[in-house]
Amino acid sequence: MVRLSGLQRDVISLYRQCLRAVKQKPTDTQPHFRDFAKSEFHKHRDVGKKDFGTIEYLLRRGRNQLELWSEPGIRDIHR
Amino acid sequence: MACTRAFTRLTMKRIAVRPAVFTRGLASVNDTHARDPISKVAEKIVPDAARAPIPESKTSTIKEPEPTKDAKTKTFHIYRWNPDEPSSKPKMQSYTLDMNKTGPMMLDALIRIKNEVDPTLTFRRSCREGICGSCAMNIDGVNTLACLCRIPTDTTKESRIYPLPHMYVVKDLVPDMTLFYKQYRSVKPYLQRTTAAPDGREYRQSKEDRKKLDGLYECILCACCSTSCPSYWWNQEEYLGPAVLLQSYRWIADSRDERKAERQDALNNSMSLYRCHTILNCSRTCPKGLNPALAIAEIKKSMAFT
Repeated sequence: MVRLSGLQRDVISLYRQCLRAVKQKPTDTQPHFRDFAKSEFHKHRDVGKKDFGTIEYLLRRGRNQLELWSEPGIRDIHR
Repeated sequence: MACTRAFTRLTMKRIAVRPAVFTRGLASVNDTHARDPISKVAEKIVPDAARAPIPESKTSTIKEPEPTKDAKTKTFHIYRWNPDEPSSKPKMQSYTLDMNKTGPMMLDALIRIKNEVDPTLTFRRSCREGICGSCAMNIDGVNTLACLCRIPTDTTKESRIYPLPHMYVVKDLVPDMTLFYKQYRSVKPYLQRTTAAPDGREYRQSKEDRKKLDGLYECILCACCSTSCPSYWWNQEEYLGPAVLLQSYRWIADSRDERKAERQDALNNSMSLYRCHTILNCSRTCPKGLNPALAIAEIKKSMAFT
């Protein structure tokens, strides 16, 4: 196993936080939230490994979005 | 790769370590946290050299649609960054405008650019008369409201417009104010009382007590002062900044408020209030002509004598 950099660990921990936050949602809409969270990460798969500025920006935006979507008032997500 | 990253972190850390004189907790000698290094989060604010914008000399200039004969053209260099292409670098875009067809204020120029030249330019604006505080930005090196800033008539000088410094950029000239508003919420900017008014009607105030609020209530929370404060740049996470401290003092000074002691208590640590080193950039830059530094000094004084 390759040793991960701090930034890589930050990304993975955000991803896990997102997947955990999905469990707080109603059971029938959980797949929607899970697909959304995964697609948001997959959208930026091609960001360069050394593109620290971009990754830090995306992390910051991801954290804001996670905070927003994990509000208990939000019960479903449509795209 | 991980190794280079770790190495840059290390070098960054060395720069970020504060000289011993600043680590002294001014509020209480018992506060051991005052000697802690700056938190990890604050460390990340250290600007990355790779994120410096592409200078305007390397980007194209967008010209006035149909220039007339006796046009007074002036050049504006505006900071552009598009979040839809997160890996692109920020750049300085140049625009030339005919001053004869443009209003007198910077905001007029920006609106004209957006309407007639480049609709993708993004900025906040609302009242165009300096009462909403939306259009705060850094114009020619000074934080101010675009709607209160005259375009210098000297057309040979070029104007440079940036978003508020040391704030995360949402897009172009729009900064992310989330932290600023969170800090504002943390000072509880509302009247806190438990006793009812003696006559069961409004909470009354003498003219002298009301006078104490002059120069405080006018603040529109544009964040020009906070983002001009070097202390706030380096310690955004912990230091509240001049704008929020001015608001805090507005409620401490209010004769109707009954939670003065609690409010002062909340500020009584080395970071929230005492990171103000009377640099006075806040009072110099305030577009409304207020004096946040005086308000902070008043808080410090009131806490010293209680």
